[in-house]
Amino acid sequence: MKIAVCVKHVPEQARKIDPGTKRLDRSGEGAINPFDVHAVEEALRIKEARGGEVVIVTMGPQAAQDSVRKALAMGADEALLISDEAAEGSDLVATTNALAAALEKEGADLIVFGQQSSDSDGAVLWASVADRLRLPVISQVAELEVSDGKVRGKRQTEFGYDTIEAPTPAVLAVSDAINEPRYPSLKGIMGARSKPQRTVSVSELGVEGVGEAGSKTTVEALNDPPPRGDTVKIEDDGGAADKIVEFIAERKLL
Amino acid sequence: MSILVFLEHHDSELLKPSLGVLSKAATLGEDATGVVLGSGVKEIASQAGKFGAAKVLVVDKPELEAPLPQPRVDALASIVEDRGFDTVLFAASVLSADVASGLSARLQAGLNWDLTDLVQENGILIGKRPALGDSVLVDVGWRSEPRLALIRAGTFDPQETGGDAEVEEFDAQFEDFSTAATMVERAHAESEGPSIEEADVIVAGGRGLGAPENFKLVEELAQALGGAVAATRAVVDAGWYPYSTQVGQTGKTVSPKLYIACGISGAIQHKVGMQSSGVIVAINKDPNAPIFEYSDLGVVGDLNEIVPKLTQLVRQRRS
Repeated sequence: MKIAVCVKHVPEQARKIDPGTKRLDRSGEGAINPFDVHAVEEALRIKEARGGEVVIVTMGPQAAQDSVRKALAMGADEALLISDEAAEGSDLVATTNALAAALEKEGADLIVFGQQSSDSDGAVLWASVADRLRLPVISQVAELEVSDGKVRGKRQTEFGYDTIEAPTPAVLAVSDAINEPRYPSLKGIMGARSKPQRTVSVSELGVEGVGEAGSKTTVEALNDPPPRGDTVKIEDDGGAADKIVEFIAERKLL
Repeated sequence: MSILVFLEHHDSELLKPSLGVLSKAATLGEDATGVVLGSGVKEIASQAGKFGAAKVLVVDKPELEAPLPQPRVDALASIVEDRGFDTVLFAASVLSADVASGLSARLQAGLNWDLTDLVQENGILIGKRPALGDSVLVDVGWRSEPRLALIRAGTFDPQETGGDAEVEEFDAQFEDFSTAATMVERAHAESEGPSIEEADVIVAGGRGLGAPENFKLVEELAQALGGAVAATRAVVDAGWYPYSTQVGQTGKTVSPKLYIACGISGAIQHKVGMQSSGVIVAINKDPNAPIFEYSDLGVVGDLNEIVPKLTQLVRQRRS
Protein backbone atom coordinates (compact mmCIF):
# COMPACT_ATOMS: atom_id res chain seq x y z
CA MET A 1 0.00 0.00 0.00
CA LYS A 2 1.37 3.40 -0.98
CA ILE A 3 0.55 6.22 1.41
CA ALA A 4 1.20 9.87 0.60
CA VAL A 5 1.28 12.29 3.53
CA CYS A 6 0.88 15.99 2.81
CA VAL A 7 2.82 18.17 5.23
CA LYS A 8 3.35 21.91 5.54
CA HIS A 9 6.43 23.80 6.64
CA VAL A 10 5.27 26.57 8.98
CA PRO A 11 7.08 29.44 10.73
CA GLU A 12 8.15 28.39 14.20
CA GLN A 13 8.38 31.63 16.13
CA ALA A 14 6.71 35.04 16.36
CA ARG A 15 4.48 34.93 13.35
CA LYS A 16 3.93 38.13 11.46
CA ILE A 17 2.60 39.30 8.16
CA ASP A 18 4.93 41.12 5.77
CA PRO A 19 3.24 44.52 5.23
CA GLY A 20 4.72 44.76 1.72
CA THR A 21 3.59 41.46 0.22
CA LYS A 22 0.75 41.05 2.76
CA ARG A 23 1.83 37.43 2.98
CA LEU A 24 2.92 35.54 6.07
CA ASP A 25 6.58 36.24 6.79
CA ARG A 26 8.27 32.88 6.24
CA SER A 27 11.84 34.14 6.55
CA GLY A 28 12.57 32.83 10.06
CA GLU A 29 13.05 29.33 11.36
CA GLY A 30 10.41 26.86 10.31
CA ALA A 31 9.21 23.45 11.36
CA ILE A 32 6.74 20.81 10.29
CA ASN A 33 3.15 21.81 11.09
CA PRO A 34 2.54 19.98 14.40
CA PHE A 35 -0.83 18.65 13.23
CA ASP A 36 0.84 16.99 10.25
CA VAL A 37 3.09 14.95 12.53
CA HIS A 38 -0.03 12.97 13.50
CA ALA A 39 -0.67 12.27 9.81
CA VAL A 40 2.91 11.03 9.36
CA GLU A 41 2.56 8.83 12.47
CA GLU A 42 -0.72 7.31 11.27
CA ALA A 43 0.77 6.55 7.85
CA LEU A 44 3.76 4.83 9.50
CA ARG A 45 1.43 2.72 11.66
CA ILE A 46 -0.51 1.59 8.58
CA LYS A 47 2.74 0.74 6.82
CA GLU A 48 3.98 -1.21 9.84
CA ALA A 49 0.73 -3.16 10.04
CA ARG A 50 0.15 -3.80 6.36
CA GLY A 51 3.41 -3.13 4.54
CA GLY A 52 3.99 -0.58 1.84
CA GLU A 53 5.69 2.76 1.55
CA VAL A 54 5.16 6.28 2.84
CA VAL A 55 5.95 9.28 0.68
CA ILE A 56 5.96 12.81 2.09
CA VAL A 57 4.59 15.48 -0.23
CA THR A 58 4.97 19.18 0.47
CA MET A 59 4.93 22.51 -1.28
CA GLY A 60 7.06 25.40 -0.08
CA PRO A 61 10.47 27.05 -0.14
CA GLN A 62 13.68 25.00 -0.10
CA ALA A 63 13.69 25.45 3.70
CA ALA A 64 10.73 23.04 3.73
CA GLN A 65 13.36 20.30 3.43
CA ASP A 66 13.73 20.65 7.23
CA SER A 67 10.15 19.51 7.70
CA VAL A 68 10.58 16.77 5.15
CA ARG A 69 13.65 15.46 6.97
CA LYS A 70 11.75 15.28 10.25
CA ALA A 71 9.11 13.10 8.57
CA LEU A 72 11.80 10.94 6.97
CA ALA A 73 13.55 10.62 10.34
CA MET A 74 10.30 9.34 11.84
CA GLY A 75 10.33 6.57 9.25
CA ALA A 76 8.84 7.79 5.96
CA ASP A 77 10.53 6.34 2.88
CA GLU A 78 10.85 9.22 0.47
CA ALA A 79 9.81 12.80 -0.14
CA LEU A 80 8.62 15.07 -2.89
CA LEU A 81 8.95 18.85 -2.57
CA ILE A 82 7.12 21.16 -4.94
CA SER A 83 9.34 24.20 -4.80
CA ASP A 84 9.12 27.03 -7.25
CA GLU A 85 8.99 30.82 -7.09
CA ALA A 86 6.04 30.52 -9.41
CA ALA A 87 4.15 28.76 -6.61
CA GLU A 88 4.58 31.57 -4.08
CA GLY A 89 1.44 33.34 -2.94
CA SER A 90 -0.77 30.37 -3.76
CA ASP A 91 -4.19 30.44 -2.09
CA LEU A 92 -6.39 27.39 -1.53
CA VAL A 93 -7.36 26.94 -5.19
CA ALA A 94 -3.80 27.41 -6.47
CA THR A 95 -2.27 25.16 -3.80
CA THR A 96 -4.87 22.51 -4.56
CA ASN A 97 -4.05 22.61 -8.27
CA ALA A 98 -0.33 22.10 -7.66
CA LEU A 99 -0.68 19.49 -4.94
CA ALA A 100 -3.29 17.48 -6.83
CA ALA A 101 -1.08 17.41 -9.92
CA ALA A 102 1.82 16.03 -7.88
CA LEU A 103 -0.36 13.52 -6.03
CA GLU A 104 -1.92 12.27 -9.24
CA LYS A 105 1.54 11.29 -10.47
CA GLU A 106 2.30 9.55 -7.15
CA GLY A 107 -0.74 7.32 -7.48
CA ALA A 108 -1.04 6.60 -3.75
CA ASP A 109 -3.75 4.37 -2.26
CA LEU A 110 -4.17 6.74 0.66
CA ILE A 111 -3.51 10.46 0.88
CA VAL A 112 -3.33 11.69 4.47
CA PHE A 113 -3.50 15.24 5.83
CA GLY A 114 -3.28 16.67 9.38
CA GLN A 115 -6.34 18.40 10.78
CA GLN A 116 -5.30 22.01 10.19
CA SER A 117 -2.31 24.21 9.51
CA SER A 118 -1.02 26.10 12.50
CA ASP A 119 -0.05 29.21 10.51
CA SER A 120 -3.11 29.97 8.39
CA ASP A 121 -5.56 28.07 10.63
CA GLY A 122 -6.78 26.47 7.44
CA ALA A 123 -8.69 23.23 7.75
CA VAL A 124 -9.88 22.82 4.21
CA LEU A 125 -7.16 21.57 1.85
CA TRP A 126 -8.05 17.86 1.84
CA ALA A 127 -11.56 18.38 0.55
CA SER A 128 -10.42 20.53 -2.37
CA VAL A 129 -7.60 18.10 -3.22
CA ALA A 130 -10.05 15.18 -3.07
CA ASP A 131 -12.41 16.97 -5.42
CA ARG A 132 -9.60 17.73 -7.87
CA LEU A 133 -8.46 14.09 -7.76
CA ARG A 134 -12.08 12.86 -7.89
CA LEU A 135 -11.51 10.70 -4.82
CA PRO A 136 -13.66 10.13 -1.71
CA VAL A 137 -12.66 12.06 1.42
CA ILE A 138 -13.12 11.52 5.15
CA SER A 139 -12.05 14.39 7.41
CA GLN A 140 -11.45 14.82 11.16
CA VAL A 141 -10.71 11.10 11.55
CA ALA A 142 -9.99 10.23 15.18
CA GLU A 143 -9.96 6.43 14.74
CA LEU A 144 -8.95 4.69 11.55
CA GLU A 145 -9.29 1.13 10.31
CA VAL A 146 -7.64 0.13 7.06
CA SER A 147 -8.56 -3.11 5.32
CA ASP A 148 -8.25 -4.44 1.80
CA GLY A 149 -9.60 -1.87 -0.60
CA LYS A 150 -11.30 0.29 2.00
CA VAL A 151 -10.90 2.60 4.97
CA ARG A 152 -13.24 3.28 7.84
CA GLY A 153 -12.93 6.42 9.90
CA LYS A 154 -14.64 7.44 13.10
CA ARG A 155 -14.86 11.13 13.66
CA GLN A 156 -16.39 13.69 15.90
CA THR A 157 -18.82 16.29 14.65
CA GLU A 158 -20.88 18.92 16.43
CA PHE A 159 -23.50 16.28 17.15
CA GLY A 160 -21.57 13.19 18.13
CA TYR A 161 -19.63 10.46 16.36
CA ASP A 162 -19.93 9.47 12.72
CA THR A 163 -18.39 6.34 11.24
CA ILE A 164 -17.70 6.72 7.53
CA GLU A 165 -16.38 4.17 5.09
CA ALA A 166 -14.76 4.76 1.72
CA PRO A 167 -13.07 2.63 -0.93
CA THR A 168 -9.39 3.29 -1.65
CA PRO A 169 -7.82 5.28 -3.14
CA ALA A 170 -9.11 7.86 -0.71
CA VAL A 171 -8.15 11.12 0.96
CA LEU A 172 -8.12 11.35 4.77
CA ALA A 173 -7.60 14.14 7.24
CA VAL A 174 -6.74 12.90 10.73
CA SER A 175 -7.32 14.75 13.99
CA ASP A 176 -4.56 15.11 16.53
CA ALA A 177 -6.50 12.82 18.86
CA ILE A 178 -5.77 9.84 16.57
CA ASN A 179 -2.33 8.97 17.93
CA GLU A 180 0.70 10.00 19.94
CA PRO A 181 3.48 10.61 17.42
CA ARG A 182 6.85 8.96 17.95
CA TYR A 183 10.08 10.88 18.28
CA PRO A 184 12.62 10.19 15.56
CA SER A 185 15.37 7.82 16.74
CA LEU A 186 19.02 8.71 16.30
CA LYS A 187 19.23 6.02 13.65
CA GLY A 188 16.20 7.51 11.94
CA ILE A 189 17.74 10.96 11.96
CA MET A 190 21.02 9.66 10.53
CA GLY A 191 19.22 7.58 7.92
CA ALA A 192 16.95 10.40 6.75
CA ARG A 193 19.70 12.03 4.72
CA SER A 194 20.16 9.10 2.44
CA LYS A 195 16.47 8.68 1.64
CA PRO A 196 15.25 9.83 -1.79
CA GLN A 197 14.20 13.49 -1.79
CA ARG A 198 12.90 14.79 -5.07
CA THR A 199 12.15 18.40 -5.94
CA VAL A 200 9.81 19.34 -8.77
CA SER A 201 8.94 22.70 -10.30
CA VAL A 202 5.49 23.85 -11.35
CA SER A 203 6.40 23.54 -15.02
CA GLU A 204 7.63 19.99 -14.47
CA LEU A 205 4.22 19.20 -12.99
CA GLY A 206 2.68 20.68 -16.13
CA VAL A 207 -0.13 22.36 -14.20
CA GLU A 208 -1.86 25.70 -14.70
CA GLY A 209 -3.41 27.96 -12.09
CA VAL A 210 -0.63 27.91 -9.47
CA GLY A 211 0.92 30.79 -7.50
CA GLU A 212 -0.42 34.30 -7.15
CA ALA A 213 -1.62 34.24 -10.77
CA GLY A 214 -3.79 31.20 -10.09
CA SER A 215 -5.10 32.46 -6.77
CA LYS A 216 -8.71 33.55 -6.48
CA THR A 217 -8.51 35.38 -3.17
CA THR A 218 -6.69 38.54 -2.17
CA VAL A 219 -5.44 40.24 0.96
CA GLU A 220 -6.60 43.85 0.76
CA ALA A 221 -5.46 45.36 4.04
CA LEU A 222 -4.09 44.59 7.48
CA ASN A 223 -5.69 46.24 10.48
CA ASP A 224 -5.44 46.13 14.22
CA PRO A 225 -8.18 44.04 15.76
CA PRO A 226 -10.90 45.99 17.57
CA PRO A 227 -9.71 46.46 21.15
CA ARG A 228 -11.58 44.85 24.00
CA GLY A 229 -12.74 47.18 26.74
CA ASP A 230 -10.76 47.43 29.93
CA THR A 231 -10.76 44.53 32.35
CA VAL A 232 -12.48 45.08 35.65
CA LYS A 233 -10.48 42.99 38.10
CA ILE A 234 -11.71 42.25 41.58
CA GLU A 235 -10.54 40.09 44.44
CA ASP A 236 -13.06 37.87 46.13
CA ASP A 237 -13.92 39.15 49.58
CA GLY A 238 -16.92 36.89 49.87
CA GLY A 239 -19.06 39.07 47.60
CA ALA A 240 -17.63 38.13 44.20
CA ALA A 241 -20.63 36.05 43.19
CA ASP A 242 -22.96 39.02 43.76
CA LYS A 243 -20.67 41.25 41.73
CA ILE A 244 -20.62 38.78 38.84
CA VAL A 245 -24.41 38.58 38.83
CA GLU A 246 -24.64 42.37 38.86
CA PHE A 247 -22.09 42.63 36.04
CA ILE A 248 -23.87 40.21 33.72
CA ALA A 249 -27.33 41.50 34.63
CA GLU A 250 -26.26 45.06 33.71
CA ARG A 251 -25.32 43.72 30.29
CA LYS A 252 -28.71 42.02 29.97
CA LEU A 253 -27.16 38.58 29.84
CA LEU A 254 -29.08 37.06 32.68
CA MET B 1 -24.91 40.68 -5.50
CA SER B 2 -26.83 37.46 -5.73
CA ILE B 3 -26.07 35.49 -2.60
CA LEU B 4 -26.70 31.83 -1.93
CA VAL B 5 -26.53 30.67 1.69
CA PHE B 6 -25.90 27.02 2.55
CA LEU B 7 -28.42 26.12 5.26
CA GLU B 8 -27.24 23.25 7.41
CA HIS B 9 -29.80 21.23 9.32
CA HIS B 10 -29.93 18.60 12.01
CA ASP B 11 -32.93 16.72 13.40
CA SER B 12 -35.34 18.63 11.11
CA GLU B 13 -34.14 22.03 12.32
CA LEU B 14 -32.14 24.58 10.39
CA LEU B 15 -29.05 25.40 12.43
CA LYS B 16 -28.70 28.75 14.12
CA PRO B 17 -25.25 29.64 12.72
CA SER B 18 -26.58 29.11 9.16
CA LEU B 19 -29.64 31.24 9.86
CA GLY B 20 -27.38 33.96 11.27
CA VAL B 21 -25.41 34.00 8.01
CA LEU B 22 -28.69 34.10 6.08
CA SER B 23 -29.87 37.12 8.06
CA LYS B 24 -26.56 38.84 7.34
CA ALA B 25 -26.81 37.97 3.62
CA ALA B 26 -30.27 39.52 3.50
CA THR B 27 -28.73 42.84 4.50
CA LEU B 28 -26.04 42.64 1.80
CA GLY B 29 -27.65 41.48 -1.39
CA GLU B 30 -30.80 42.19 -3.29
CA ASP B 31 -32.51 38.93 -2.47
CA ALA B 32 -30.81 36.27 -0.41
CA THR B 33 -31.48 32.70 -1.44
CA GLY B 34 -31.08 29.78 0.94
CA VAL B 35 -30.31 26.24 -0.11
CA VAL B 36 -31.29 23.12 1.83
CA LEU B 37 -29.76 19.82 0.78
CA GLY B 38 -30.95 16.53 2.21
CA SER B 39 -33.51 13.79 2.04
CA GLY B 40 -37.03 14.54 3.22
CA VAL B 41 -36.18 18.18 3.86
CA LYS B 42 -38.89 20.05 1.92
CA GLU B 43 -40.75 20.82 5.12
CA ILE B 44 -37.85 22.45 6.94
CA ALA B 45 -36.89 24.64 3.97
CA SER B 46 -39.78 26.99 4.58
CA GLN B 47 -38.39 27.83 8.06
CA ALA B 48 -35.80 30.01 6.31
CA GLY B 49 -38.30 32.63 5.12
CA LYS B 50 -38.60 34.38 8.44
CA PHE B 51 -34.82 34.78 8.70
CA GLY B 52 -34.51 36.74 5.48
CA ALA B 53 -34.56 34.27 2.59
CA ALA B 54 -36.66 35.42 -0.35
CA LYS B 55 -36.30 32.01 -1.88
CA VAL B 56 -35.13 28.60 -0.76
CA LEU B 57 -33.82 26.01 -3.19
CA VAL B 58 -34.22 22.42 -2.10
CA VAL B 59 -32.46 19.39 -3.43
CA ASP B 60 -34.23 16.40 -1.94
CA LYS B 61 -32.41 13.20 -2.83
CA PRO B 62 -31.51 9.97 -1.03
CA GLU B 63 -27.82 10.60 -1.86
CA LEU B 64 -28.03 13.62 0.46
CA GLU B 65 -29.47 11.73 3.43
CA ALA B 66 -26.18 11.45 5.35
CA PRO B 67 -24.36 14.68 6.20
CA LEU B 68 -21.40 13.97 3.89
CA PRO B 69 -19.76 16.73 1.91
CA GLN B 70 -19.11 15.44 -1.58
CA PRO B 71 -22.67 14.98 -2.94
CA ARG B 72 -23.35 18.47 -1.58
CA VAL B 73 -20.51 19.84 -3.69
CA ASP B 74 -22.17 18.30 -6.78
CA ALA B 75 -25.54 19.84 -5.91
CA LEU B 76 -24.14 23.30 -5.14
CA ALA B 77 -21.94 23.33 -8.25
CA SER B 78 -25.03 22.59 -10.41
CA ILE B 79 -27.04 25.30 -8.68
CA VAL B 80 -24.33 27.94 -9.03
CA GLU B 81 -23.76 27.09 -12.68
CA ASP B 82 -27.48 27.05 -13.47
CA ARG B 83 -28.53 30.12 -11.48
CA GLY B 84 -25.37 32.20 -11.64
CA PHE B 85 -25.01 33.10 -7.95
CA ASP B 86 -21.96 35.33 -7.51
CA THR B 87 -21.49 34.61 -3.78
CA VAL B 88 -21.98 31.47 -1.69
CA LEU B 89 -21.83 31.75 2.10
CA PHE B 90 -21.43 29.02 4.72
CA ALA B 91 -21.49 29.05 8.52
CA ALA B 92 -18.38 27.10 9.51
CA SER B 93 -18.88 23.53 10.70
CA VAL B 94 -17.24 20.14 10.20
CA LEU B 95 -19.55 19.53 7.24
CA SER B 96 -19.64 22.95 5.65
CA ALA B 97 -15.84 23.44 5.68
CA ASP B 98 -15.47 20.33 3.52
CA VAL B 99 -18.36 21.36 1.27
CA ALA B 100 -16.98 24.88 0.74
CA SER B 101 -13.47 23.59 0.06
CA GLY B 102 -14.65 20.95 -2.42
CA LEU B 103 -16.76 23.56 -4.19
CA SER B 104 -13.75 25.87 -4.35
CA ALA B 105 -11.75 23.27 -6.29
CA ARG B 106 -14.70 22.30 -8.49
CA LEU B 107 -15.54 25.84 -9.58
CA GLN B 108 -11.97 27.19 -9.24
CA ALA B 109 -13.55 29.76 -6.96
CA GLY B 110 -11.80 31.67 -4.18
CA LEU B 111 -12.61 30.61 -0.61
CA ASN B 112 -11.93 32.79 2.43
CA TRP B 113 -12.45 31.21 5.84
CA ASP B 114 -12.86 32.11 9.49
CA LEU B 115 -14.51 35.43 8.63
CA THR B 116 -16.05 37.47 11.43
CA ASP B 117 -17.72 40.07 9.21
CA LEU B 118 -18.68 40.87 5.65
CA VAL B 119 -18.89 44.46 4.42
CA GLN B 120 -19.30 46.23 1.13
CA GLU B 121 -16.70 48.87 0.35
CA ASN B 122 -17.40 50.83 -2.85
CA GLY B 123 -19.64 48.03 -3.99
CA ILE B 124 -16.95 45.40 -3.43
CA LEU B 125 -17.40 42.59 -0.93
CA ILE B 126 -14.71 42.47 1.74
CA GLY B 127 -14.34 39.80 4.41
CA LYS B 128 -12.87 40.50 7.84
CA ARG B 129 -10.62 37.76 9.07
CA PRO B 130 -8.80 37.67 12.40
CA ALA B 131 -5.45 35.95 11.87
CA LEU B 132 -2.33 34.95 13.78
CA GLY B 133 -4.13 34.25 17.02
CA ASP B 134 -6.50 37.16 16.33
CA SER B 135 -3.59 39.64 16.68
CA VAL B 136 -4.33 41.14 13.27
CA LEU B 137 -7.56 41.74 11.39
CA VAL B 138 -7.09 41.03 7.70
CA ASP B 139 -9.35 42.44 4.98
CA VAL B 140 -9.71 39.71 2.39
CA GLY B 141 -11.24 39.84 -1.05
CA TRP B 142 -12.03 37.73 -4.09
CA ARG B 143 -10.70 37.89 -7.62
CA SER B 144 -13.38 35.93 -9.36
CA GLU B 145 -16.94 34.73 -9.02
CA PRO B 146 -18.45 32.98 -7.32
CA ARG B 147 -16.96 34.19 -4.08
CA LEU B 148 -17.01 31.53 -1.37
CA ALA B 149 -16.82 32.28 2.35
CA LEU B 150 -16.91 30.33 5.59
CA ILE B 151 -18.15 32.46 8.49
CA ARG B 152 -16.94 31.75 12.02
CA ALA B 153 -19.74 30.01 13.92
CA GLY B 154 -21.78 32.29 16.13
CA THR B 155 -20.69 35.48 14.35
CA PHE B 156 -24.14 36.55 13.23
CA ASP B 157 -27.39 36.17 15.13
CA PRO B 158 -30.45 35.04 13.22
CA GLN B 159 -32.84 38.00 12.82
CA GLU B 160 -36.50 37.17 12.57
CA THR B 161 -37.81 39.56 9.98
CA GLY B 162 -41.01 37.71 9.23
CA GLY B 163 -41.59 37.01 5.58
CA ASP B 164 -42.23 33.90 3.58
CA ALA B 165 -39.80 32.16 1.29
CA GLU B 166 -40.72 30.69 -2.03
CA VAL B 167 -39.55 27.08 -1.96
CA GLU B 168 -38.33 25.63 -5.25
CA GLU B 169 -37.07 22.12 -5.90
CA PHE B 170 -33.89 21.71 -7.87
CA ASP B 171 -32.70 18.47 -9.41
CA ALA B 172 -29.04 17.47 -9.13
CA GLN B 173 -26.94 14.61 -10.42
CA PHE B 174 -24.06 13.07 -8.52
CA GLU B 175 -20.56 12.05 -9.52
CA ASP B 176 -19.58 8.45 -8.81
CA PHE B 177 -16.69 9.47 -6.56
CA SER B 178 -18.95 11.81 -4.60
CA THR B 179 -21.14 8.98 -3.39
CA ALA B 180 -18.26 6.52 -2.77
CA ALA B 181 -17.92 7.46 0.91
CA THR B 182 -20.85 6.19 2.96
CA MET B 183 -22.09 6.76 6.49
CA VAL B 184 -21.89 3.49 8.40
CA GLU B 185 -23.09 4.68 11.77
CA ARG B 186 -24.14 7.82 13.52
CA ALA B 187 -23.76 7.63 17.28
CA HIS B 188 -25.12 10.87 18.48
CA ALA B 189 -25.00 11.72 22.09
CA GLU B 190 -28.21 13.00 23.57
CA SER B 191 -27.21 16.43 24.65
CA GLU B 192 -29.11 18.02 27.49
CA GLY B 193 -28.45 21.62 26.63
CA PRO B 194 -27.44 23.60 23.56
CA SER B 195 -24.21 22.67 21.76
CA ILE B 196 -21.28 25.01 22.39
CA GLU B 197 -21.44 26.36 18.83
CA GLU B 198 -25.03 27.42 19.30
CA ALA B 199 -25.14 28.46 22.93
CA ASP B 200 -25.53 32.11 23.91
CA VAL B 201 -23.88 31.35 27.23
CA ILE B 202 -20.90 29.08 27.82
CA VAL B 203 -19.43 28.10 31.16
CA ALA B 204 -15.99 26.58 30.68
CA GLY B 205 -13.78 24.65 33.05
CA GLY B 206 -10.03 24.20 33.14
CA ARG B 207 -7.39 22.50 35.18
CA GLY B 208 -8.00 24.93 38.01
CA LEU B 209 -11.11 22.93 38.86
CA GLY B 210 -8.68 20.55 40.51
CA ALA B 211 -10.51 17.30 39.82
CA PRO B 212 -12.87 15.89 37.20
CA GLU B 213 -15.78 15.66 39.65
CA ASN B 214 -15.63 19.44 40.10
CA PHE B 215 -17.01 19.83 36.58
CA LYS B 216 -20.32 19.41 38.41
CA LEU B 217 -19.93 23.04 39.56
CA VAL B 218 -19.52 24.18 35.97
CA GLU B 219 -22.45 22.06 34.77
CA GLU B 220 -24.76 23.44 37.44
CA LEU B 221 -23.89 27.02 36.61
CA ALA B 222 -24.34 26.36 32.89
CA GLN B 223 -27.71 24.78 33.55
CA ALA B 224 -28.82 27.71 35.70
CA LEU B 225 -27.86 30.11 32.91
CA GLY B 226 -29.39 27.95 30.16
CA GLY B 227 -25.95 27.59 28.62
CA ALA B 228 -23.51 24.93 27.48
CA VAL B 229 -20.40 23.50 29.14
CA ALA B 230 -16.99 23.81 27.52
CA ALA B 231 -13.54 22.59 28.50
CA THR B 232 -9.90 23.39 27.85
CA ARG B 233 -7.47 21.18 26.03
CA ALA B 234 -5.66 20.34 29.26
CA VAL B 235 -8.71 18.80 30.90
CA VAL B 236 -9.86 17.05 27.73
CA ASP B 237 -6.39 15.53 27.37
CA ALA B 238 -6.56 14.47 31.02
CA GLY B 239 -9.84 12.69 30.28
CA TRP B 240 -11.95 14.88 32.55
CA TYR B 241 -14.34 15.98 29.83
CA PRO B 242 -15.20 14.94 26.25
CA TYR B 243 -13.40 16.37 23.24
CA SER B 244 -16.65 17.63 21.73
CA THR B 245 -16.63 20.39 24.35
CA GLN B 246 -13.04 21.50 23.77
CA VAL B 247 -12.59 25.16 22.97
CA GLY B 248 -9.35 26.41 21.48
CA GLN B 249 -6.96 26.01 18.62
CA THR B 250 -7.32 22.25 18.44
CA GLY B 251 -10.95 22.31 19.43
CA LYS B 252 -13.82 24.57 18.56
CA THR B 253 -14.02 28.29 18.06
CA VAL B 254 -16.98 29.80 19.85
CA SER B 255 -18.40 33.27 20.27
CA PRO B 256 -21.26 33.23 22.75
CA LYS B 257 -22.69 36.41 24.24
CA LEU B 258 -21.31 35.40 27.65
CA TYR B 259 -18.30 33.19 28.39
CA ILE B 260 -17.54 32.32 31.99
CA ALA B 261 -14.09 30.76 32.42
CA CYS B 262 -13.62 28.80 35.64
CA GLY B 263 -10.09 27.78 36.60
CA ILE B 264 -8.72 28.51 33.13
CA SER B 265 -5.32 30.17 32.90
CA GLY B 266 -5.98 31.33 29.36
CA ALA B 267 -3.08 30.07 27.28
CA ILE B 268 -3.00 31.27 23.67
CA GLN B 269 -4.21 27.80 22.62
CA HIS B 270 -7.46 28.48 24.48
CA LYS B 271 -7.67 32.19 23.75
CA VAL B 272 -7.96 31.79 19.99
CA GLY B 273 -11.07 29.68 20.45
CA MET B 274 -13.10 32.06 22.60
CA GLN B 275 -11.77 35.62 22.48
CA SER B 276 -14.50 36.81 20.14
CA SER B 277 -17.09 36.09 22.84
CA GLY B 278 -19.28 39.07 23.77
CA VAL B 279 -18.54 39.33 27.48
CA ILE B 280 -15.84 37.28 29.16
CA VAL B 281 -15.87 36.64 32.90
CA ALA B 282 -12.89 34.79 34.39
CA ILE B 283 -12.58 33.23 37.82
CA ASN B 284 -9.09 32.11 38.76
CA LYS B 285 -7.08 31.96 41.96
CA ASP B 286 -3.88 33.07 40.23
CA PRO B 287 -3.92 36.89 39.94
CA ASN B 288 -1.35 36.69 37.13
CA ALA B 289 -3.32 34.28 34.94
CA PRO B 290 -3.15 35.46 31.30
CA ILE B 291 -6.92 35.14 30.95
CA PHE B 292 -7.36 38.33 32.99
CA GLU B 293 -5.68 40.26 30.14
CA TYR B 294 -8.63 39.63 27.86
CA SER B 295 -11.53 39.31 30.28
CA ASP B 296 -14.16 41.97 30.83
CA LEU B 297 -14.53 40.95 34.46
CA GLY B 298 -11.72 39.14 36.22
CA VAL B 299 -12.31 37.61 39.63
CA VAL B 300 -9.35 36.49 41.70
CA GLY B 301 -10.61 33.90 44.11
CA ASP B 302 -11.50 30.30 44.90
CA LEU B 303 -13.93 28.97 42.33
CA ASN B 304 -15.08 26.25 44.74
CA GLU B 305 -16.65 29.00 46.81
CA ILE B 306 -17.63 31.48 44.13
CA VAL B 307 -19.21 29.21 41.51
CA PRO B 308 -21.80 27.47 43.75
CA LYS B 309 -22.83 30.85 45.17
CA LEU B 310 -23.10 32.25 41.69
CA THR B 311 -25.26 29.32 40.58
CA GLN B 312 -27.58 29.89 43.50
CA LEU B 313 -27.88 33.63 42.79
CA VAL B 314 -28.56 33.02 39.11
CA ARG B 315 -31.28 30.50 39.98
CA GLN B 316 -32.90 33.03 42.29
CA ARG B 317 -32.80 35.77 39.68
CA ARG B 318 -34.20 33.58 36.93
CA SER B 319 -36.96 31.89 38.92
